[in-house]
Amino acid sequence: MVSFSAVAKRYPGGHEALKDVSFTIEPGELVFLTGRSGAGKSTVLKLIPAIERPSAGSVLVNGQNVASLKRAAIPYLRRNIGLVFQDQKLLYDRSVYDNVMLPLAFSDHPPKEAARRARAALDKVGLLERERANPIQLSGGEQQRVAIARAVVNRPSLLLADEPTANLDAESAARILDIFAAFHQVGVTVLLSSHDQALIGRYGRRVLTLDAGRLAA
Amino acid sequence: MNSWLRQHAQAARTGVRRLSVLNALVIGIALALPLGGYTLIQSLRPAGGAVALESRITLFLAPQARQADLEARLRADRRIAAMRFIPREEALKEMSRVQGLPEVIRALGRNPLPDAFVLSASPELAEELARLPGVAHVQADAVWARRLAAAARIARLGLWLLGGLLAAGLVAVTFNTIRLQVLTHREEIEISKLIGATDAFVRRPFYYQGIVLGMAGGLVALGVVAVSLWLLNREVQELARSYGSNFRLGYLPMTEALAVLAGSGLLGWAGAHLSLRRHLLVS
Repeated sequence: MVSFSAVAKRYPGGHEALKDVSFTIEPGELVFLTGRSGAGKSTVLKLIPAIERPSAGSVLVNGQNVASLKRAAIPYLRRNIGLVFQDQKLLYDRSVYDNVMLPLAFSDHPPKEAARRARAALDKVGLLERERANPIQLSGGEQQRVAIARAVVNRPSLLLADEPTANLDAESAARILDIFAAFHQVGVTVLLSSHDQALIGRYGRRVLTLDAGRLAA
Repeated sequence: MNSWLRQHAQAARTGVRRLSVLNALVIGIALALPLGGYTLIQSLRPAGGAVALESRITLFLAPQARQADLEARLRADRRIAAMRFIPREEALKEMSRVQGLPEVIRALGRNPLPDAFVLSASPELAEELARLPGVAHVQADAVWARRLAAAARIARLGLWLLGGLLAAGLVAVTFNTIRLQVLTHREEIEISKLIGATDAFVRRPFYYQGIVLGMAGGLVALGVVAVSLWLLNREVQELARSYGSNFRLGYLPMTEALAVLAGSGLLGWAGAHLSLRRHLLVS
């Protein structure tokens, strides 16, 4: 599903975020990515949907080398990947429902089907009854669940989440992780980053640990 | 409805929803200036233009002139586009129709007017014609006709310059409006692109907004001109009636009004295009 081989990423200014990173995630896997702040977790997650391009090495997603992908092809790559950001990136000028509808605006679904999918996604994260609310009225955990609903509304085969539990209390964090686990159960490949070792430990899944840009054994 | 059409319809709706009435007014009032001038020139032209702008030469004959010989000679000259003979009796009749003149003519007691030929020809011929036997006097009306034509050309050129300037103004207003809209919707643009929106999808509503803004401005301009002409015409018609004329200022023909709408829409699109090229070079 996702395969990094000898990936390096050097940012303008010389900071080396990743050095010689190689790993493979099989379809249907749930993998955690961990490490201290600045270890390169976010960079790994940004390379997969081509938000960043690697300085060296190749990043394969579904057999496609993202590193050499043309600019015009990137949107279509991203439509097959559900992205959850640490800061949610919700739009506060519209309702929860309209936030979840955003990716459907440029999909080919007829309006009725789009509305049905948006409600189904909100139902899965337990926020169907809050669809008319503005995200600002929701708690941090609820906002993160809206972001997840938006990420899965196009039914991607790959779900990426960058520190989805970073600013949440333990109970909300556990609930978020349970939602990701539920998507994994129905066959979605999931890659989550978190620096919370204890929380990760509970799931007993494969963990990739980054240390100063290198993958620890 | 297929998804391509649906997305365009959606973008067009967004464009209309974001229309700033104030901006449309600014553009419309600015465009009304050259448009109104153009409409005035167009409606004045049929009144005096067609005849007055071609140069005329009048040949007045000496009393003993042999009119038939002269006429044959003029007809043979290919440089003369058209000619008309006005016998002195007819000239007198025409003159007596002018208010106040019949008394003068009666006082004279006899017809003081000579026979005349009215020619349509280049004024350069005047001198040569004056030397023909039987020609007493030549009058070339070309001078004032040339002046009128030159004045009309200057007015038209002025309007084109003004129109060009204000068209550039329209592009600038749209450019700035779209720039501000891009800034306002920066987050939405960024997020949309992160989750798979194409560049075309992101730009589309802004293009529609530019077109809608331009066309709304064009519509306002047409409205301003129409209302102004309507107001002017009430006075103009009264004035014209006192001269026994039913002259009135004409509105723009429908095709030209539609061309104005299409043109302003195009300018709005251009403004949006320039703005998006400048402000939407996002990754």
